[in-house]
Amino acid sequence: MPKRKFQAPTEQQLSVRRDQIPDELLTQCPVCQKTCYTQELTEWQVCPHCGYGFRLTAWTRVAQLTDDFQELDAELTIPERFADAAYRAKITQAKAATKLKESVLTGLAKLEDETVGLGVMDPYFMMGSLGSATGEKITRLFDRCTAQKLPVILLTASGGARMQEGMSALMQMAKVSAAVAKHRNAGLLYITVLTDPTTGGVTASFAMQGDIILSEPKALIGFAGRRVIEQTIQQTPPVDFQRAETLLKNGWIDQVVPRPVLKATLGRLLRLTSGGGDNG
Amino acid sequence: MAENQSAYDQVLAARATDKISIQRLIAGLTTDFFELHGDRQAGDDEAVITGVAMLAGQTVMTIGIQKGTSTMENQARHFGCATPAGYRKARRVMRLAEQLGYPVLALINTPGAYPGVDAEYAGQGRAIADCLLTGLQLKVPFISVIVGEGGSGGALALACGDQVWLFEHSTYSILSPEGYATILWKHANKAPQAAAKMRLTPAELLADGMVERIVPEVKTAADCNKLQQALSQAFQGLAAKPVTELVAERQARYRQF
Repeated sequence: MPKRKFQAPTEQQLSVRRDQIPDELLTQCPVCQKTCYTQELTEWQVCPHCGYGFRLTAWTRVAQLTDDFQELDAELTIPERFADAAYRAKITQAKAATKLKESVLTGLAKLEDETVGLGVMDPYFMMGSLGSATGEKITRLFDRCTAQKLPVILLTASGGARMQEGMSALMQMAKVSAAVAKHRNAGLLYITVLTDPTTGGVTASFAMQGDIILSEPKALIGFAGRRVIEQTIQQTPPVDFQRAETLLKNGWIDQVVPRPVLKATLGRLLRLTSGGGDNG
Repeated sequence: MAENQSAYDQVLAARATDKISIQRLIAGLTTDFFELHGDRQAGDDEAVITGVAMLAGQTVMTIGIQKGTSTMENQARHFGCATPAGYRKARRVMRLAEQLGYPVLALINTPGAYPGVDAEYAGQGRAIADCLLTGLQLKVPFISVIVGEGGSGGALALACGDQVWLFEHSTYSILSPEGYATILWKHANKAPQAAAKMRLTPAELLADGMVERIVPEVKTAADCNKLQQALSQAFQGLAAKPVTELVAERQARYRQF
């Protein structure tokens, strides 16, 4: 039987074929650059090659982590005095994308039978930037947990202090720090989970003030941005210099926890620290 | 445009190379300054100068963030951008001040915390975060004075006192106007427009409740004496308060923002 001759498709034919592949079928990991079928990310939204956790909305996080969630300060939002038109347009867009009124979602949660104050920053709300209402919500969460003697878990995701709010945004770093101090002085536990990305003023305040600091695999965590460093010292930083695994090696975080076991890990930690271990 | 220029003029004035250096300021405000070096963990950052001194008959702990006055000095002090070792040194002496019951005087002139690979490896974020926690709980009077540039979190790390004062020719801002313009408008050369929007001038900062007092620019020995008297009085006023009240009022100062 004669072999069928293979006819290579022309560039044009290939281009047509490529255009027929739906965009959402394949996903490229921004960390390892490998491609996978989007389905392979599973409901956890994790790269099957390197374990990087794709960015999630705060409400998705809450669904993944909690058994019950009672939202606090749901109506708290950006004050009217920040009237810049370009800023207001961004706020409107962010609210629609996240179903939030500010870049953090706070509440009291049940997590594997333990009650805890939970705050989740949303990278889809203006890159989780720290605005005055963000700081206010987190401060109120700490104050409430100090009064009710509850531990706090905060999942951080932030590009840093929000430029549009100027000094008011910068002051949130001090405001939240004072609330963390009071919670700490009451002998209570504060756990942070650093998710991609955690940078700038958030890193330089409450993200790094956790008594126990966890992170998701491959999350970008740092203070100064890569471009700022490149411009200042005229050298290219190593690819992984601000990855969670590097911070673990250098002693800045306690554990890197894959997303599918984050809930179980936090539950175990809460049981241990409230006096009841897994065997006990 | 005139408004842009006046705000940006303030930025340039804050950066002026003839601005009094932190070392000269310490020498003018205090006597018998005894410098303390090192963070007791890994190093000593020359951008941060700390030490014990006498201020109008009272022992104080001074912490300064200092730019250089020459190219060589600027290299050593990396243009007044503190590294993690600098913030850890600051925190170490804050705790020492608390132990010994001395008030803390922070003198700040910094464009911001040092952006570098080594600083990231050494935990820049954590170092600043720890300064904030310690400063906000300090059981002794704590006054922060911004002498020139008060840049971002790197300045805030030491500007969390009971009162924050500001020199007449200085600025305090979330980021440099160049950085702000780059982030929001992708053009560093729009810094003058950024400066006009950022409310970083002394008058705006006072109006917004970010600072308590504008200090006339200090140039001469007589200016130093005036500032010394003002600081001495303010420290006495703060020292008269019960410690719990002092700390609660400081925390309330930041709670309002």
